[in-house]
Amino acid sequence: MTVAAHDQDQAEARSRAADEAALAAALTRLAPRLAPGATEIEDLTRLSGGASQETWAFRATGGGADRPLILRRRPPAARPGAAGVPLATEAALIERAAALGAPVPGVAHLLTPEDGAGEGFVMDRVPGETLPARILRKPDFAEARAGFAAEAGSILAAIHRIDGSGLGLDTRTPESSLAMLAERHAKYGQARPVFDLAFRHLAATAPEARAPKLVHGDFRMGNILFGPDRVRAVLDWELAHWGDPMSDFGWVCMGSWRFGGEGPVGGCGAREDMWAAYEAAGGETVNPKTARWWETFGALHWGVIIESMGAWIRAGADRSVERHVIARRASETELLIIADLTGREI
Amino acid sequence: MQDFPKPDAVLGAVIDWLRDVAVPNLPPHAAFEAKVAANALGLVARALDAGPAETAEHARLTALLGRDGGIEDLTAALSERIRSGEIDLATPGLADHLWTTTLDKLAVDQPKFAPYRRVRTAETQEG
Repeated sequence: MTVAAHDQDQAEARSRAADEAALAAALTRLAPRLAPGATEIEDLTRLSGGASQETWAFRATGGGADRPLILRRRPPAARPGAAGVPLATEAALIERAAALGAPVPGVAHLLTPEDGAGEGFVMDRVPGETLPARILRKPDFAEARAGFAAEAGSILAAIHRIDGSGLGLDTRTPESSLAMLAERHAKYGQARPVFDLAFRHLAATAPEARAPKLVHGDFRMGNILFGPDRVRAVLDWELAHWGDPMSDFGWVCMGSWRFGGEGPVGGCGAREDMWAAYEAAGGETVNPKTARWWETFGALHWGVIIESMGAWIRAGADRSVERHVIARRASETELLIIADLTGREI
Repeated sequence: MQDFPKPDAVLGAVIDWLRDVAVPNLPPHAAFEAKVAANALGLVARALDAGPAETAEHARLTALLGRDGGIEDLTAALSERIRSGEIDLATPGLADHLWTTTLDKLAVDQPKFAPYRRVRTAETQEG
């Protein structure tokens, strides 16, 4: 490591510690509004520091209160180019989803500038598991796995009924989604003949744009919190937009989100069970071809996202080992795509 | 000629040290990162073995495109011809080339990826 890089690391560590102290102070001031009687916060722990948002766990305690909570907030210096909706929009969507019976965490507080904790919101910490490897392998989750495909169908039917008006959400069609990927691939990617075939195939077979619905945009294993028997909460609403409802089906089935499990829906269920439950819950009739189109699109989408991570590395913006390894995973999406294009089930 | 031990042996020793010494002795987050680092070096070790696969890939590209060049240059040319519609999956050799090339990449990048493992297992049973 160069001396400059070492100094930069030390400076970053100092600024992270100062930032955490400021956050703890701000949340302590908020405590009485997060739980009746609460006077302090405990166990403030950073769960993840994504490029576009941070997640913190803590408890509001004192005065007989003890409420486990999660804070989602935009980092003080968010990486430019993050595609997510504002966190206030995310909170609004979660509240609207709750009103329609979709499993989501309760929103406890929307941060205001006066709170001094950045942009974001505080929600209930729902007990359960989000790690796909555990959900797919541990015997405790057998019941949840067996019911997941049907549950995913009925949850998506509720999500697609959300009134997303007044939130300034993007509208995407199959065509505009493809164009966006092509632009990002050209900008950040490398020559990948498999992606070129995928772009041509998807353009030639694109479903017609239909009346857009509110779609979650990132409905997949990892963003879904499970109890032993069923889904407890759908998380990470930052990619919500107006779009083709079939796109959520394609994403949850995409091969990278099966984490070694059997069965296309999240690695543990059959597509047909999800579609049938969706229709039974009042969702529109599912066109299997369109749903499969979005599955191939999903593989290409994830591949292009991985390529943009490679661009952070090239720009020197990310020196973490983990990022360097993840950036080598675009090849897994090429395997999924070439299998789809040549009619192999893998 | 360079001296013994060869790069793969040096890498192997570093990987073993990371897994056996660093991981159990570091605090949780750093231990996780050390595990990731060991896996990253595993990728590098596999990449050092990829020479024969790249030679075969180069030969396939030369045959498909009817000209010679570096592997990056030829891959870019193949991309261009697919984008222009000049070649597609009906072109003899293209589907096989992309399938084999992709599997060879996974062998380096992520040999534990479940669909990759299933494909290799099926090939072994057929073969």
